[in-house]
Amino acid sequence: MSSVINMPAPPNPVEEFLRSDRMPHIWCPGCGIGTTVNCFARAVRQAKLDLDKLMVVSGIGCTGRVAGYMNLDSFHTTHGRAIPFATGLKLANPELTVVVYSGDGDLIGIGGNHFIHAARRNVDLKVICVNNFIYGMTGGQVAPTTPVSALTSTTRYGCYEEPFNLPYLAESSGAVYVARWTTFHVRQVAHAMVEAFRKKGFTFIEILSPCPTLYQRRNRLGDGLGAMEYYRDNSEIRHGANTKEVGITFQGPLVVGKFVDIERPTYLDLMNQQLARTLDAKYVGCTEEHVRS
Amino acid sequence: MKADPSGVLTGTHFLDGDQACGEGALAAGCRFAAGYPITPSTEIVERFAERVPLTGGLFVQMEDELASSIAIQGAVWAGAKAFTVTSGPGFSLMMEHVGLAAMTETPLVIVNVQRGGPSTGLPTLPGQADVMQARWGSHGDYEIIALSPNSPQECFDLTIDAFNLAEQYRVPVILLMDECVGHMTEKVVIPPADQIEIVPRRYTQRPPEEYQPYHPGPDLVPEMVKAGEGYRIHITGLTHDEHGYPAITVEAQQKLVRRLVDKIRRNADAIVRCEEHQIEDADVVVVAYGITSRVALRAVQMAREQGIAAGLLRPVVVWPFPEKRIRELATRARAFVVPEMNYGQLVLEVERCAAGRAPTVLVPHMGGTVHHPEEILQAILDLRVPDSGVPADVAR
Repeated sequence: MSSVINMPAPPNPVEEFLRSDRMPHIWCPGCGIGTTVNCFARAVRQAKLDLDKLMVVSGIGCTGRVAGYMNLDSFHTTHGRAIPFATGLKLANPELTVVVYSGDGDLIGIGGNHFIHAARRNVDLKVICVNNFIYGMTGGQVAPTTPVSALTSTTRYGCYEEPFNLPYLAESSGAVYVARWTTFHVRQVAHAMVEAFRKKGFTFIEILSPCPTLYQRRNRLGDGLGAMEYYRDNSEIRHGANTKEVGITFQGPLVVGKFVDIERPTYLDLMNQQLARTLDAKYVGCTEEHVRS
Repeated sequence: MKADPSGVLTGTHFLDGDQACGEGALAAGCRFAAGYPITPSTEIVERFAERVPLTGGLFVQMEDELASSIAIQGAVWAGAKAFTVTSGPGFSLMMEHVGLAAMTETPLVIVNVQRGGPSTGLPTLPGQADVMQARWGSHGDYEIIALSPNSPQECFDLTIDAFNLAEQYRVPVILLMDECVGHMTEKVVIPPADQIEIVPRRYTQRPPEEYQPYHPGPDLVPEMVKAGEGYRIHITGLTHDEHGYPAITVEAQQKLVRRLVDKIRRNADAIVRCEEHQIEDADVVVVAYGITSRVALRAVQMAREQGIAAGLLRPVVVWPFPEKRIRELATRARAFVVPEMNYGQLVLEVERCAAGRAPTVLVPHMGGTVHHPEEILQAILDLRVPDSGVPADVAR
């Protein structure tokens, strides 16, 4: 027995990607954000990315704290503005792989305008949206993703606003890659991230994730495990589904999968083409020597 | 270091202040601008957007001013010098990111070509009513630097100074133009690149294992790194420690906020800059900035013609305010006259520094056009005889 007890704990397989000196993290037991971070670390390893060139930009909120725990150049910006910060970072240094990692309230609520415009421009950003249907950090208020009839701290009698269907919003705004999974689908999440890393342009991955402290509890949906059971029993994998038809209802079926995977020139491709065509040799291009002092 | 010649349009030009500002940004080495169109600032980015592809950089038009004012921060961390340009309503939207830049010590320049306010106000006409907003507009305690040009030539020169000060102190620097200066066309001389001094970014020489992003140097300014070079920095708008990690404690707050403020306050003597006309023997000191300083100079000349010892003190750097100089002058001048295109903003600073030693008279103008020199002259004349009956609502 004692030999078993004395055995050293196995090393955390994704430790090299984390700022261990910042642990413990702030996330609640049963929260899915940590699961997505684990998937992210595995995807980064699988894609063999140069970690020095990999950036994580977050906004504000529970998922907004991801940037602070990743052992990468990481930026914790203002509420809703991770995408325009990331846009500046990417356009000023196209060699960087820029990931925007934030929550539904941050990216789609307060930051919705930036989201649709970055997708329209097809800025080469890897957007990961952890959707827990709620504003978690502030105590569980209604969000633009809250399903109709769900209870939140500001909809005590049930939500009556129609939520955004995020894959449909992303596709219609111009995203070149759109997928949705849940934190039950850890392999699929990591695989989707690898695919997004390998794709040029604005990619969007929605990850449905439990908030046991606020969303689950207030709606009597059980704990984190209860959410896993719901995801397992109600998810239907439908690759290539019409995104118009993948909206989410309260505890209803969840359509998951890869919905969009198309080719479209990025903002920088189009800018360089247009300027080179119009200015010929006079176009200098965005060179390291000039842009980055 | 000297300016990169690719951005310097050396020669004598006939430019408006907006265009001169755009040229100043290029000469300063700025190769990234993000903006959202707003009158009367648009000519700055129009000029920049036309010229920057020829010098190796880019302009991106964002979806709003919130986006513009943070896209430039991403660009700065990628290694670019960057700016954005706006006017009152857009400046209000940018306040959140003035705070972020102050907190994360991100060097950048925001140009505000002031128009009449509040709200949509007078889109095509001048105002100077954003002076206090420039200093205090974002929440929390912080310091910025603000410069106020009064000619197209200065729109060029002070834009370069703004970038240099931003790099020197790692603060957002605000160029407080106004519609008159922005749309006034005059001779602008752009010197050869080797005569333009540029402050390079204060990059660290330390290896990653010895580097802390917010460990300050002797002047309280920390050294910077560029994203993508293996330093694995964390930058946050939360109160943070010297590692850059969030630290939600009383101690971290005391240490960080004091330093953010003190790095400007303690270096104020090096930053403050005034232009003075006939101050040596001045009985009445007119304090005016931006376009109003040109009208005020005429009023001072008219007063001198009438035998009144008037002088002009013009803060070129508006923030930090030239406190020391006003305190000195308050001991020997009889009064201060402060004309400004608002209902009393910088006059409060003059009055604070005069501290009752010399009365301070506001000559307000709500904006839309500049003062008449006669209005300022009248305020000077009213001060001729002590106790001459300056109306109570004017004598502050």
